[in-house]
Amino acid sequence: MSAPTKTPSAADSVTTGERRRPRRRRQKGIAGNTLWFWVFVGPFVLGLLIFSYLPIIWSLVLSFFEAYNTATPSKFVGLRNYIDMLTDHNFLSSLGTFTIFAVFIVPLTFVLSLVLALLVNQVKIARAFFRSVFFLPTACSYVVASLIWRLSIFNGVRFGLANTVLGWFGIDNIAWLSTVSPPWYWLPLVTVRLWLQLGFYMILFIAGLQRISPTLYEAAYVDGAKPGWQVFRYITLPQLRATSVAVLILNLIAAYQAFDEFYNLIGNVNYARPPLVYLYGISLGSIQDLGHGSAGALILAVIIMIVTLLQSRIFGFGKAGD
Amino acid sequence: MPAHVPNAGLSRRDLLKRTGGLAALAAFTAACGGNTGRPSSGGGGGGEKVNLSQWYHQYGETGTQQAAQRYAKAYTDANVAVQWTPGDYDAKLASGLLSSKGPDVFEGHFNIAMVKSNQVVPLDDIMADVKDDFQPGDLATNTLDGKIYGIRMIIDPQVIYYRKSLLDKAGIKPPETVDDLISAAKELTTNKVKGIFVGNDGGNVMGGPALYSSGGEFLTKDNKPGFTDARAAQAFGKLHELYASKSILLGAPTDWWDPTAINQGLVAMQFIGMWAVPGMQKALGDDIGVIPFPKLDAQAQPAVYSGGWTQFVSAKSPNIDAAKKFVKWLWIDKSEYQEDWSLNYGFHIPPRKSLAAKASKLQSGVAADTVKLTQDHGYTDNPAWTPKMGTAFGDMLTNVIKKGADPAAEIAKAEKTVNAELSRLFG
Repeated sequence: MSAPTKTPSAADSVTTGERRRPRRRRQKGIAGNTLWFWVFVGPFVLGLLIFSYLPIIWSLVLSFFEAYNTATPSKFVGLRNYIDMLTDHNFLSSLGTFTIFAVFIVPLTFVLSLVLALLVNQVKIARAFFRSVFFLPTACSYVVASLIWRLSIFNGVRFGLANTVLGWFGIDNIAWLSTVSPPWYWLPLVTVRLWLQLGFYMILFIAGLQRISPTLYEAAYVDGAKPGWQVFRYITLPQLRATSVAVLILNLIAAYQAFDEFYNLIGNVNYARPPLVYLYGISLGSIQDLGHGSAGALILAVIIMIVTLLQSRIFGFGKAGD
Repeated sequence: MPAHVPNAGLSRRDLLKRTGGLAALAAFTAACGGNTGRPSSGGGGGGEKVNLSQWYHQYGETGTQQAAQRYAKAYTDANVAVQWTPGDYDAKLASGLLSSKGPDVFEGHFNIAMVKSNQVVPLDDIMADVKDDFQPGDLATNTLDGKIYGIRMIIDPQVIYYRKSLLDKAGIKPPETVDDLISAAKELTTNKVKGIFVGNDGGNVMGGPALYSSGGEFLTKDNKPGFTDARAAQAFGKLHELYASKSILLGAPTDWWDPTAINQGLVAMQFIGMWAVPGMQKALGDDIGVIPFPKLDAQAQPAVYSGGWTQFVSAKSPNIDAAKKFVKWLWIDKSEYQEDWSLNYGFHIPPRKSLAAKASKLQSGVAADTVKLTQDHGYTDNPAWTPKMGTAFGDMLTNVIKKGADPAAEIAKAEKTVNAELSRLFG
């Protein structure tokens, strides 16, 4: 939100003895800026208030009440909902599921999107084409992608794409989404998210790469650094620190918010249920237990906050100079 | 606007800009307002007819949506708008019932939480004259403390249908015990065809029938957990045995309630409801037979879950009386519509004894066999069994069936949740 902070300095310059006509024009410009600031930002601020802050406050209230099938409960239960959730093995195991998911998805996304960015950045011809091709899946909805993954690529019968390919090598059909040992369902879950989000993080990395000054590479060349791993390790990677940290944090938060692909690929099952799917099930499905659901959501919010703060402490994200 | 910016007054242009922005904002927020599914009130249209919104889940059979709309249109005392809901109907209904913006009239499944949360109204007054024409089980499943809260619209027995030709070819008789079922599934499995389809989750839908066919029940008559003895554990263990036998179809594009798997020859047997009989007959002709969920052993009886859908009136409706009148008209007075709904799309047993007796489509072939099995072995839901208990029971089944966990230990976990829920509801 830059307009309000800009206004005083502009107003100060007005008082420093400029001539009359420019002054009037400048003033009108300021008023216009402020107006347009609110016209553009207002609806979003209002949306944020109505659809984000108000529900957060309301769920804080609900989390202290027994609230079955109602958003205006009357029976105060203190911290009982929190205690129940923290001792609920299903909720705890959903945090475990998330952890496994994050262990797969965060490093994979990081490495693959970096590799993609390096490759696309090196391409000399049709660079825009390659960039767009890899970025395109980002525009696809999680629900649509999940349906394609479930119904055509990873369905368990012989005419599914993955099973057809296995069939060429004489391997039996695999029920990808229904097999728990080995847990094949992770393959569709992880690949669908990789396909959808790699392009986005690739673009972030490309932006980071293009910010690195060519003089650094020239200097390295003069100093005799070997192109390839050495240059990447000592110049590219350190220069990408700010981008890398941003990618890691965004990635981890996105993983915490995992819902769509789990819900659409395997549904609300207890062996692979991230926290949001579990909370959706108890509070918004037919159970309508909004008290426990709200308590769980707030516990989750606190965990995300702590992890993000820790991460930025360790990596120094957002410090001046980054 | 920050306070230190001098106010030069509003020019005509500024005024237009500002009011324009406000109008856009107002339009945006208005567009976010809820669509209740009710027809917008015509206003000044002469006769003051009330508007009612009626919610359905999405039935799989073609023609059902048009039929529902036709019934609503034929009603003259109110404007009835039908809301047809694809996807997660239960979730949408649950949030719809939180406020008066939800349905006036809806279909669903009864449980005690709906009464405790004041979501439905008793319908004893409109049911009084026809009560004896309903099956006792269908009345009991919608009754709490002596009050009837819902009118059964259709009865949907869930059984196992099989391809007669495939069983004959393998020289197998229709299974009579759970062990027979497991060995039949194994023998019928080839590299192209699996023995049985019981849902992509590996068979949770058979948890209830397996329990009842071992002599257990969800809740006993005095509302205590009825799924905790050793025979129940044995029955759930059998479901794991079936899952582990590698003879069940998993990962099909459609789920257990859709007959595509058996119709396309992916399986020899499928656990499914009677609604699918017309679809299966179209694809397979007479090559279908039916068995109930088989008994655990000689000490027990087979089981048929007699599910279905029930019509309710929302307690939050602004027009409860008009809604009750409409429900009475459609589900009690208009027997030709009830007949149409039960028999002309999928097959369902009409809940009214008088209609069931003359349902000629259910008096021959595999449909007649299914009706007979339902009469002999049917059980209905206990209204004290809430969705939360159902979820705990489902988690128990997933752990036992798919992960091969110890049934007794998993039962103990589910029992803990069910007991907590019972003490919340009954003190």
